[in-house]
Amino acid sequence: MITLTVNGRSHEVDADPATPLLYVLRDDLGLHAAKYGCGFGQCGACTVMVDGRAVFSCVTPIAALPGRQIKTVEGLGTIEDPGPMQRGFIEAQAAQCGYCIPGMMMRAQALLEQNPAASEQDIRDHLALNLCRCGTHMRILDAVKRAAALMRSARGPDAGTTVATDGAAR
Amino acid sequence: MRFLKVLFVLVLCGGLLFGGFLVYAHHAPIETAAPPAADTFDAATIARGAELAAMGNCNSCHTVEGGPALAGGRALETPFGTIHGSNITPDADTGIGRWSKAAFSRAMREGVDRDGNHLYPAFPYDHFTKLSDEDVDALYAYVMTRTPVRAPTPENDLVFPLGFRPLLAGWKLLFFRPGRFAPDNVARDETNHGAYLVEALAHCGACHTPRNTLGAEERSAHFAGGTSDGWIAPALDHKNPAPVPWTQESLARYLRSGFDRHHGAASGPMIEVARNLSRVPEQDVAAMARYVASVMGEPAPERAEKGRALVATLESGRTPVQTTGSSAPGGSAVPDPIYAGACGGCHDAERGAIDALPLSLATAARLESPQNLLHAVLEGVHPRNPKAAALMPSFDGALTDEQIARLADYVRTEIAGEPAWRDVAGTLAKIRKGAASGSGESTK
Amino acid sequence: MSPLPHVVSRRSVVAGTGALVLSFALSRHAFAQQPQEPQNVGEEPRKPIPQPGSLKSAPRLDAWIRVDADGRVTVFTGKAELGQGIKTALLQIAAEQLDVPVGALTLVTADTARTANEGYTAGSHSMQDSGTAILHASAQVRALLVAAAAQRLGVPAEQLRTGDGRISAPDGRSLGYGEVVTAEMLQADAAPQSPLKDPARRTVMGRPVRRVDIPAKVTGGEAYVQDMRLDGMVHGRIVRPPSPGARLRDVDAAAVERLPGVLEVVRNGSFLGVVAEREWPCIQAMRRLAALAQWEGHSDFPDAATIDQTVLKLPSQNTDILNTQHMGTPQGRRFEASFTRPYQMHGSIGPSCAIAHATAEGLTVWTHSQGVYPLRGALAEMLQLAPDKIRCVHVEGSGCYGHNGADDVAADAALLALAVPNRPVRVQWMREDEHRYEPYGPAMVAKLSAVLDQGRIVDWTHDVWSNTHSTRPGAAGNLLAALYLQRPFMPPPPVPLPQPEGGGDRNAIPLYKLPRGRVTHHFIPDMPLRVSALRSLGAYVNVFAIETFMDELAAAAGIDPVTFRLNHLEDSRGRDVITTAAEKFGWSRPRDKRPGTGRGFGFARYKNLGAYTAVALDVTVDRDSGAVRVTRVVAAVDSGDAVNPDGIRNQIEGAILQSTSWTLYEAVGFDRETITSRSWADYPILRFDGVPDPVEVHILDRPGQPFLGTGESGQGPTGAAIANAVADATGVRLRDLPLNRERVRTALGPAPAARAG
Ligand code: FES
Ligand code: FES
Repeated sequence: MITLTVNGRSHEVDADPATPLLYVLRDDLGLHAAKYGCGFGQCGACTVMVDGRAVFSCVTPIAALPGRQIKTVEGLGTIEDPGPMQRGFIEAQAAQCGYCIPGMMMRAQALLEQNPAASEQDIRDHLALNLCRCGTHMRILDAVKRAAALMRSARGPDAGTTVATDGAAR
Repeated sequence: MRFLKVLFVLVLCGGLLFGGFLVYAHHAPIETAAPPAADTFDAATIARGAELAAMGNCNSCHTVEGGPALAGGRALETPFGTIHGSNITPDADTGIGRWSKAAFSRAMREGVDRDGNHLYPAFPYDHFTKLSDEDVDALYAYVMTRTPVRAPTPENDLVFPLGFRPLLAGWKLLFFRPGRFAPDNVARDETNHGAYLVEALAHCGACHTPRNTLGAEERSAHFAGGTSDGWIAPALDHKNPAPVPWTQESLARYLRSGFDRHHGAASGPMIEVARNLSRVPEQDVAAMARYVASVMGEPAPERAEKGRALVATLESGRTPVQTTGSSAPGGSAVPDPIYAGACGGCHDAERGAIDALPLSLATAARLESPQNLLHAVLEGVHPRNPKAAALMPSFDGALTDEQIARLADYVRTEIAGEPAWRDVAGTLAKIRKGAASGSGESTK
Repeated sequence: MSPLPHVVSRRSVVAGTGALVLSFALSRHAFAQQPQEPQNVGEEPRKPIPQPGSLKSAPRLDAWIRVDADGRVTVFTGKAELGQGIKTALLQIAAEQLDVPVGALTLVTADTARTANEGYTAGSHSMQDSGTAILHASAQVRALLVAAAAQRLGVPAEQLRTGDGRISAPDGRSLGYGEVVTAEMLQADAAPQSPLKDPARRTVMGRPVRRVDIPAKVTGGEAYVQDMRLDGMVHGRIVRPPSPGARLRDVDAAAVERLPGVLEVVRNGSFLGVVAEREWPCIQAMRRLAALAQWEGHSDFPDAATIDQTVLKLPSQNTDILNTQHMGTPQGRRFEASFTRPYQMHGSIGPSCAIAHATAEGLTVWTHSQGVYPLRGALAEMLQLAPDKIRCVHVEGSGCYGHNGADDVAADAALLALAVPNRPVRVQWMREDEHRYEPYGPAMVAKLSAVLDQGRIVDWTHDVWSNTHSTRPGAAGNLLAALYLQRPFMPPPPVPLPQPEGGGDRNAIPLYKLPRGRVTHHFIPDMPLRVSALRSLGAYVNVFAIETFMDELAAAAGIDPVTFRLNHLEDSRGRDVITTAAEKFGWSRPRDKRPGTGRGFGFARYKNLGAYTAVALDVTVDRDSGAVRVTRVVAAVDSGDAVNPDGIRNQIEGAILQSTSWTLYEAVGFDRETITSRSWADYPILRFDGVPDPVEVHILDRPGQPFLGTGESGQGPTGAAIANAVADATGVRLRDLPLNRERVRTALGPAPAARAG
């Protein structure tokens, strides 16, 4: 049994300690956002945050993770109440197939938590590790910039009161 | 800091000899020349110059990653401080646009710039002095036909008193031996050609030969291994630690493609070298490989045998699978789960998914210090083709420092079967400090 | 090893299949006169149909729209969401014509048990086929509902208003759709005429409506087949041969079956797979199995370095798809050029995945195939099951851009599922499987020649050599696994896809007005590497060739390339698109041409039938490294009635960036025996450092005009514009794709750089 802390909740996991986190998230914890793309740390589809940094969950064994804080897209908000990063992506309509998007969001989240004033160049440099085959890059950049703005305004006095966009076609 | 003490001594000596060597230290400026017209040079000379420039790795000091070619500005960390590669584009004001061929040739051969100042030996004129006139001309033709870029070279930041260039005259007196390449009359022509390219141009020794406290290559320890950018540049003589001995063929393949299946991928500063060599004629690289192989010499029979045995085990594909309960490649009962989950997926021989080197063959695990292994784990291994994905991702952030240190230890003792390194954690901390004070290469 | 049962015979049925049976029943009811599904059809199952789209093959209204007694409205489409935003656009159409809010509609996409057979979701046809059908069906359903309400309320239909799913009379009385619908009402065939809403009164179509699928995708919802987790589900992985041509000699399956958690090793001929309870142990077991497998033989690939020569040498069937060369003898200067493309891959970010579940009732396959009906046919043939024993349900996958591994992995999952009945088996390909075994876009060569006389083209020839561009299923032999079975299936002989849409010859006929010309398709049946449909098929290469050649001719004539195009183009919508792109780009503004920078233009009407797209862009070229970067892009597109302008913009942006990636970086690597592109390290694609600064897309909306389909129209113009810009920047014309660093560097050579003063 290995105890993992994911999105602030702790989980007992019964799996080979060598198992990459990706499979435990998806198969054991029912958290689907992180995706399998390559398993080699080459595409970023599996990106999650560990202790505030973006990591490839496909090559990070759970043996390395007890006592550490894991964050996934599910920890950024919900479909009913999306967080700033998610709202940024919805507002920018930043997805075609969307398969790469959760990984993009987590890498961007790690950047913005570290550097809330990240420039467009910072975002480009930082996201260069993640691949998107659909060519959604322009919108992803837009989404991350929106998310940064939303986070900045959320840090203002009435943080979190903005009504969440439902994203449904209306 | 021992070298500072030595420096102090040098300064003293320098003072004593001051009058004498000021004469030596002084060189007259060479007249400025109008930038040569594009049609001054014939295409074949420029083309050869391009190949020579690639073999000479000019860009690894004179081009900033992703920046304009040869426009300088790249910071080189040396034990004596930071030196910046200069702008060698033919820009008239900030580059070498007004350098005549004579000025260029003097810089290459004698380490003196057009104004008459001594150049720091980070510019390997101790090697370039051996170049033939023809090749210096070709390099000149190549450099002078690049796109001129206006880019002043940043100031160097060196420990006192090294900012005072005349001191370099003392260094030169002690260590610099000008003179053309002398072929070995016994060796074959190809070996001599390789020796010329390696010694005069590619300056492999600049990294692979140890340096003395004053930063000069130790002539008595030619190719006995050195350092570069915090990486170990392994010995290229008979002490080369590769588990499978290098051959002329494997060296040639590695140098030109950045990869060999029994030695892995070029990493660290060697990536750029291989990237450059991919642009030069195959015969030149083959000659370089032949020469380096001749310096390494025939491996001792038992070393050769060990290498063969390692390859045979791996190629039989019978290494036990990495699941808890079975045995690890190195023979311990339970493989380290971090190794199995983070590394095994690519490095275990039977996986075969991508061409990752089985770590039992890795030179990095056999070196006297874990530096290279730690660098690879922290930074990943990025390929020759700058557009391609990493061959190996960075594990910085995924693993804690303690885990990385344990992992290095596991690879060293269980997989390579070597006695444990001393103070892996300390080395790791030092690398981190270096990275923090360095250029801040954070996310790439 | 377990032999592969041909028929499922186990009786036990796990929970959840009840719905399946019900759906089968429904489907028989709803689609009694379903057309024969296409067997081994080409990329497009039929010739382009005038409106009303797919109503032609599935005329019943309730094939498209169903209204329940409680007022719930369901829209059915035989097309699939591939990330192109089709769900949202179709809902917009239905919502507009039915006067129901988008949010109140339910959409059912491609499912052999529930929706019409609309063939493949391909060729940018979704809007033309399904969109048109839904447009008309919705309008007709609304009219039927209104007519029924008119009777009930005793008010003339013209006086009734609809909104929010209700019909109201001037006196304030109103009825919900559910109250007026009857069981038989929608069982009627569609009428030839539809009372479409006046485009001027639209409130939903033509607006940038937010995509309905995005919220789940950005919040960790079960958005893809890769995410589905069914009760009792187990995992499967396939061991692919080291070379496509290798055959399995022997494997110690028992050693792997003994591993904990392994349920079954499945071997059938050279098809080798493993099923395990959990995913990671399954992958471990697959790796072990791969290490134990002994293969013999290998493919005999041609030399990658001279693949264009190979393409030209292979026997070909030659068809003139245009020939007007009997008209006079051209006078003037003749120009010639030849263009090549290597094999390129779809390279989905998410490797292909499917879930198959075999029970006594039959086999259900959840798949991201682009054609659930053709897949069903192929599976039925491979497994020797009656088609009605198989249900294929589309669930989204990662973007595919054509025929990737989706169908193949469905076959893999089906084979494994039959070996472990009653357990849903999820198979996802590994990255190296996807890279090595997806069917690639074929290597191609195009040779063009033209005669120029006083600034006008007076003669034009275009020869294009290509393999087929569709080996999509329909036949079992088009499924990868079927080629390796004990009793293997042969791939059906490839056939050229017919004009006017074409395959390798797609867009080979220029849209320009040329007095005289010949266009010949050299169709090559032999396929050295397995190939199939990749976004835009041959159009990418043909447009690349035509549009770069146009620039060469313009330069020879000393005429601005945009003007030169306009001089040869009559089609007014095409002209509008060209002028809009040029204007927004600032093409005619004076520019400060710095060394190493250039600009280029490209234009095409996709298939000469679909959307018009023009692309203008800037590049920088670094002489020393050979690196090309696209820095600014402006595009204009006319895809007819623009249902969701933001969706179109998204598609075009994506097409531009993907085409940039193809054009600058991509070529499948192979040696004489096998594929060497096994991961993203061996097959570079665009990443953020190569992405342009701005990409602007201008839409020329044509409300009320037919939908033209957008998804693939940007590929060719972008590639051509890049090559034109590189030529503008360097003075050197590159005609071989990709324009990667090495090529550019070599082409430029170390010759003196242009010196500014
Ligand atoms: S799946 Fe982890 S980086 Fe690709
Ligand atoms: S949106 Fe499809 S891969 Fe990025």
